[in-house]
Amino acid sequence: MVEHGDVRVVYRGGGKLNFRDPVISNDSRFLLCASGDCVKVFSTVTEECVHELRGHTDLVTGVLLRPSNHLQLYSCSTDGTIRLWDFTDGILIKTYVVGYPIFSIHASRSHDGVVFAVIPMQSEKKHEAFQLVAVPLPQRADQLVEVGGLSAVLSGVDSNPAALAFGRAGEYLASVRRLQMEVYFFKQQKSYRFFLKEDNKKGGRNTFTCITCHPKDDCVATGHQDGKIRLWRNLNQKKEYTYTTLHWHHSAVSSVRFTPEGTNLLSGGVESVLVQWRYGQESQRDFLPRLGAAITHIAVSPDGALFCTSHSDNKITVIQSRVKVSAVIQGLVQGENVRTGLMVDPRSRALVLNGKPGHLQFYSLQRDKLLFNLDIVQQEYIYQSGLQQFEVVRAAFDASGSWLATVEERKQEAADLELNLKLWRFHDQTQSFVLDTTVSAPHEAQITAVCFDPAAAADGRTTTLVSSSRDGHFKAWQLAESGEGPSWSCEFVGAYHGLVPGCCCFSADGSLLAVGFQEVVTVWSAASWELLTTLSQPPGGIRDLCFGRLSCSKYLLGTNDNKILCCWNLLSCSLEWSTSMDVSLLLADPLSDNMAAFSVQDRSTDLFVFRPSEPRPLFSHKAVCSGTVTHAVFTPREVMLESCEESSQWLNRSQLFFLTQFMDLLTFSTRAEEEKLMAANKQLLVDDTVAMTPFYLLLGKHRRPEAAASGPLFDRAAPLPHSSAAVKELLQTPAHVLPSTSFLCSAFVKSLLVSVTDTREDKRSQEEMESEKEEEDSDQETETGILRPDQELMGAQESGGPDPTLTRAQVRALRRVRRLDHSWLAGLLD
Amino acid sequence: MGEFKVHRVRFFDYMPSAIRALAWCRHTQRVAVGRADGSVEIFNFSDNYFQEKVIPGRDGRTVEALCWAGPRLFSAGLDGEITEYDLENLRPRYSLEAYGGPVWTISCNSQETLLSAGFEDGTVKLFEILEGKVQFQRNLDRQKGRIVSLSWHPSGSQMAAGMMDMIRVFDAQTGHATHRLLVERGAGASKSQEVVVWSVVFLSNGTIISGDSAGKVQVWDSFTGTLLRTHLVTKWDVLVLSVSPDESSVIAGTSEGTVIQFQFVSSTVEQQEQQWVRTRTFKNHSHDVRALVHTDTAVVSGGVDTQLVVRPLLDKVEKNTQESALRKIIFPHRNLVSCAKKAGLLLFQFPDHLEVWRLGDSDGKGKAGDSLPLKRKPEKMIQLNRKGQDHICCSALSPCGGWLAYSTVSAVRLYRLQLNTNNISINKVSKLPKELQSVHQLCFSCDSSKLFASSSLSSVVVVGLSQLECKHLETLKHKSGSRQPVHLLCPSEDGKWLVTSNTDREVHVFNLHKMKLHCSVPVYGSCPTAVSVHPSGSSLVCVHADQQILEFSLKQKEYTEWSRTLQRLGLHPLWLQRDTPITTVTYDPRNPAHLALHDAFMFCIIDQTLPLPEAKTNLYNQQVLRSLPQDQRSRVSHAFKICKNFQNLLGVDLLEDHSLVVVERPLQDILTRLPAPVRCKKFAT
Repeated sequence: MVEHGDVRVVYRGGGKLNFRDPVISNDSRFLLCASGDCVKVFSTVTEECVHELRGHTDLVTGVLLRPSNHLQLYSCSTDGTIRLWDFTDGILIKTYVVGYPIFSIHASRSHDGVVFAVIPMQSEKKHEAFQLVAVPLPQRADQLVEVGGLSAVLSGVDSNPAALAFGRAGEYLASVRRLQMEVYFFKQQKSYRFFLKEDNKKGGRNTFTCITCHPKDDCVATGHQDGKIRLWRNLNQKKEYTYTTLHWHHSAVSSVRFTPEGTNLLSGGVESVLVQWRYGQESQRDFLPRLGAAITHIAVSPDGALFCTSHSDNKITVIQSRVKVSAVIQGLVQGENVRTGLMVDPRSRALVLNGKPGHLQFYSLQRDKLLFNLDIVQQEYIYQSGLQQFEVVRAAFDASGSWLATVEERKQEAADLELNLKLWRFHDQTQSFVLDTTVSAPHEAQITAVCFDPAAAADGRTTTLVSSSRDGHFKAWQLAESGEGPSWSCEFVGAYHGLVPGCCCFSADGSLLAVGFQEVVTVWSAASWELLTTLSQPPGGIRDLCFGRLSCSKYLLGTNDNKILCCWNLLSCSLEWSTSMDVSLLLADPLSDNMAAFSVQDRSTDLFVFRPSEPRPLFSHKAVCSGTVTHAVFTPREVMLESCEESSQWLNRSQLFFLTQFMDLLTFSTRAEEEKLMAANKQLLVDDTVAMTPFYLLLGKHRRPEAAASGPLFDRAAPLPHSSAAVKELLQTPAHVLPSTSFLCSAFVKSLLVSVTDTREDKRSQEEMESEKEEEDSDQETETGILRPDQELMGAQESGGPDPTLTRAQVRALRRVRRLDHSWLAGLLD
Repeated sequence: MGEFKVHRVRFFDYMPSAIRALAWCRHTQRVAVGRADGSVEIFNFSDNYFQEKVIPGRDGRTVEALCWAGPRLFSAGLDGEITEYDLENLRPRYSLEAYGGPVWTISCNSQETLLSAGFEDGTVKLFEILEGKVQFQRNLDRQKGRIVSLSWHPSGSQMAAGMMDMIRVFDAQTGHATHRLLVERGAGASKSQEVVVWSVVFLSNGTIISGDSAGKVQVWDSFTGTLLRTHLVTKWDVLVLSVSPDESSVIAGTSEGTVIQFQFVSSTVEQQEQQWVRTRTFKNHSHDVRALVHTDTAVVSGGVDTQLVVRPLLDKVEKNTQESALRKIIFPHRNLVSCAKKAGLLLFQFPDHLEVWRLGDSDGKGKAGDSLPLKRKPEKMIQLNRKGQDHICCSALSPCGGWLAYSTVSAVRLYRLQLNTNNISINKVSKLPKELQSVHQLCFSCDSSKLFASSSLSSVVVVGLSQLECKHLETLKHKSGSRQPVHLLCPSEDGKWLVTSNTDREVHVFNLHKMKLHCSVPVYGSCPTAVSVHPSGSSLVCVHADQQILEFSLKQKEYTEWSRTLQRLGLHPLWLQRDTPITTVTYDPRNPAHLALHDAFMFCIIDQTLPLPEAKTNLYNQQVLRSLPQDQRSRVSHAFKICKNFQNLLGVDLLEDHSLVVVERPLQDILTRLPAPVRCKKFAT
């Protein structure tokens, strides 16, 4: 990413987990996978992310256990470095600078001190040509080591790591690319090439997709485009080689793997079924069906007890003892098309977007974890190419997060459009949305936009939803409280000279509604539904409309097809200013008066952050990413940043997330924020016997001093809080002899109280320790050095400034508790 | 090329018989094919898979197993007889009643001294192969249950026998059973059914491989009698196994019509330890694969769907050569249709009867490609059932339509036909000369005054025909000493010449006026598949199994100028790549520079006046030519004018009135008359 002053574009959350195949540690307790520019260490038992190994400055393209030390991990990246990590402690041990972007990494036990990396060919101008080189890793003590003396092994390999595999004990390596397989024997230094015909008469497509080698025999298994698996033998013969064909998959095989003993062959593809073939008895197969989405990678633990499958919906499934799915690590589901755009759920502050087909996903950016999927369509999804299914195309939340509106549509060839508008109410008991109202065929044509009145609840008005459609109308739907309960009804149908409405937008106070009818912007009063004014200068089809906020609420901004960004003053009903700019996306920060505009130039996107009232942009960033940015959202920060620098001030209250063309979720981060994170990573020392669960964080607070007592960070040992004894007792007593929880609760809470008073006594040391713990929380947000108690957080109890009687430690403790969503404890702590 | 009125005949219900057994003779590169109707065919694999010989079957005889012992061919069947064939006279030499009930299998040891046969009653009998006969030697220990399959150890000391539910290993010296290998029954409902070990193979390293009715191919160790490995290959039966000569590969034929290859490969590169691994699957049959042969370079398979498939193993042959192409042999390489050119009659030969049809007639006119309205429909005039149990081996119809002759192994019959519009009569000629015996090929002279019949030692018996009597005129002999049967007879139009060809690849020309040998064409390396004499009697043309065309001048007794030019320039590669032999060649009587010939998939006229095609030019250029204007045609046209409008041809003949008779037999029609195949689940159905 391009360094730009203080603010940098980073992958933050929602990273792809299925980019490369995951690696299972030798003891089967950790799962290591490349995600964006870091490596994530997951616990295979609890599904939680234990560490994030940060250090690479670009996409991590491969992870690999060090063959000579199974507690260490190599990772490679397109930034041209190979890094060696201690993944149990999350420490970067060494950085090897190779100097060329690396696309995958391989190693074998018999090649000590050498790893094999796939780098682009230097001589060729084409981007597609890659070569495999042996990278000797010097045995030096320094942290940063320059690596020289690369020697090419194979040229013309595929950059996909699935297309290359090491054979029995590293004797040979096999690589596939398109219709050719090459097997290279290290001892003889001889390579054999095998070709397949492009397709045969029966329509099979023979292109190789993946390869794996048997651990004991000289047998290579390859997957093919048409779903066949071939087992190749006699590979050291030019002509007398032979292969067996296995055919179960009906489309391309995406991954094949042998189990460590070589008794089974695993394969997976788009059918989302894991197939186990008995090696030597290939007619016997076992299946593990209904894994949810197409399998992209398969990994097997070194002891063979655990399998891992990566799926196309950014999910890793851990399969135990060959039959049982024991854990599912779900990342942000990245479909082909995010038609709903990005939204933030006001309640959970989760990012909401299209997920699995027919679902909306709620993704917590703070915990970088998928919270849940909301089934919108409520119909069985059947994978079949060419079959049209219902798709969620629009969604909107109201300001309080108690209503959710979704639009789903199905467009079949030679059939009418099927449309449903669904309204979902937040149910307090189940803490999720339940379907309240379904409006079938709300419009006659595709719905172009839906939006809620943002200030309805605050002003005591009824909740209003506006939907605009290609049929030339926009409709206002209102929630009416009748005797039987709330019900939705259509309040108003608006049209303007038969033009097609494109986008619609409420002003921040909900009094005005702006609807763009092709080239005309119409402004309506939300109270009386009368047309107040029309704005049609400058000419051009309206793409995006946005009201200013706070101090700039008198402005209405819009973009049009003639690449003009214009700003109207609503008081004078005239054009305030306009500038020529091809804006692909315009959005307003709900917490400040800033607006962000993404504009496309030379196939890359620039970002401008500005105030409508000021002519100069607050911040601009050239070439944020390649391709257009079509979806972005401002998410409110939980902790406000205290940044003084002008260019990064706009990030103080909220964060800007955006999706690139390639469905990467990116955000902007300031330098201060990053330094904090880096520092946190260095100090990160987690007792890995306990996985990171919310309960651990409660309990860990008391264990920590115990463990850290002898640590160098603390000059004197913190006294052991006697409360831990109570907790321990609580945990160690068998459940059936415990008294009722209501009886225990007060004792438990009391023990916590004691702990807080303890910390007040040795404030100094506790403070350090706390901040450390704060960071190990693996939250993304950063703490500034000097903390001002947060207004927003405290606002729940007291509005307007910090409570003078609270000590810093107490504030921290409070925030910790609050973040964990154990709000019931907050009252007790006062 | 000219235009023809075409009689497109599709009423010849030719139905080949299912293949039951195959036997491979490595020394002579020949495969013997045994069919369900008891006939045996010999294919020469070194000569473009040409069907050299056909030994007709006989009612009640089936060929359950075939076995070569050197150049001698033995067969056994469920009629309980062991038969040796006389390959020179194309008839069984003798049959031996073995007194053990139906014979399921015979097998010859590699020393070719002993023949073993497995019987329904559970005995294995050994026969000594002696000069001119086989003699019973002894019985091995009698078992309960039938002996379905037998295989000798290459050393000849042991023998494996596949039975019901088990495999027995016999010591050939003592005759005692040394091992009893129990074969597991199928799972589920077939548990109560006995499993039939359809085939066993005994390898020189002591391994026994078996295929059984539960769909398993199992590998056994004969020293310890233990099961080494089981491959479950099908839900149905594994019917047949065959091992390659170097014992590195075994193929198994199943009821699903697949052939599955197993290879003996080492698990790692350095290691010597090898194991049997299932590798390739070939699916070329729609029905049961009943017979298999693993040659050095190819898999030869045959089954209920009647076709013989030669699938080359691509790792053993050069790529993109004649040898590497898949071949399916469906039609016989000889004519089963004879045509009375003057009378417009067709004679169809079936194994058990003959049919005479009169062609339809039309006076309509139309453009090329139109089908004309029929004035008179084709009609079946006569169906003549044969007498006796032996199947018909050859038949002939005289050009005038007045004579009909057919022959079985035992007898020749000649009939006088009278086919007027309302009066059909057929009279057997009762007194035939006694020289007419053991006939392989029959032919009438062009003026229907003589009947030529090829007999033993490549001699030709000439019989004069008249209304009153038929008498033996002469027996034509040559001095080359070949004992092989004559498979082609061709009289010349002017009645002066008779050309014969035998499977020793000799072509002899007899002068019928002088009744003696005129000359012999130099022996070419490939067997002639069709011969014809020029209408003027000046030359003869001869087409060979390797697709070469040779023209020989009878006056100069040397190859003609055209033939030399053709040899010098070479034939077009696409012409050489065709995989069915030319079964008829004739000179066009109106324009003798035109040669008409056909194989199963095309009809071709070679214009000897036009330049020959070069290797680069488009051989099948009729479509292109038609689209070009008249003046440009001459530039691109070449001597080979090929018509592919008619497919699956059994015969093409030029009639006297210059119309063309095309006898087609669509494969679909053959397929519909086959029994239903076993049910196989197909994906997405």
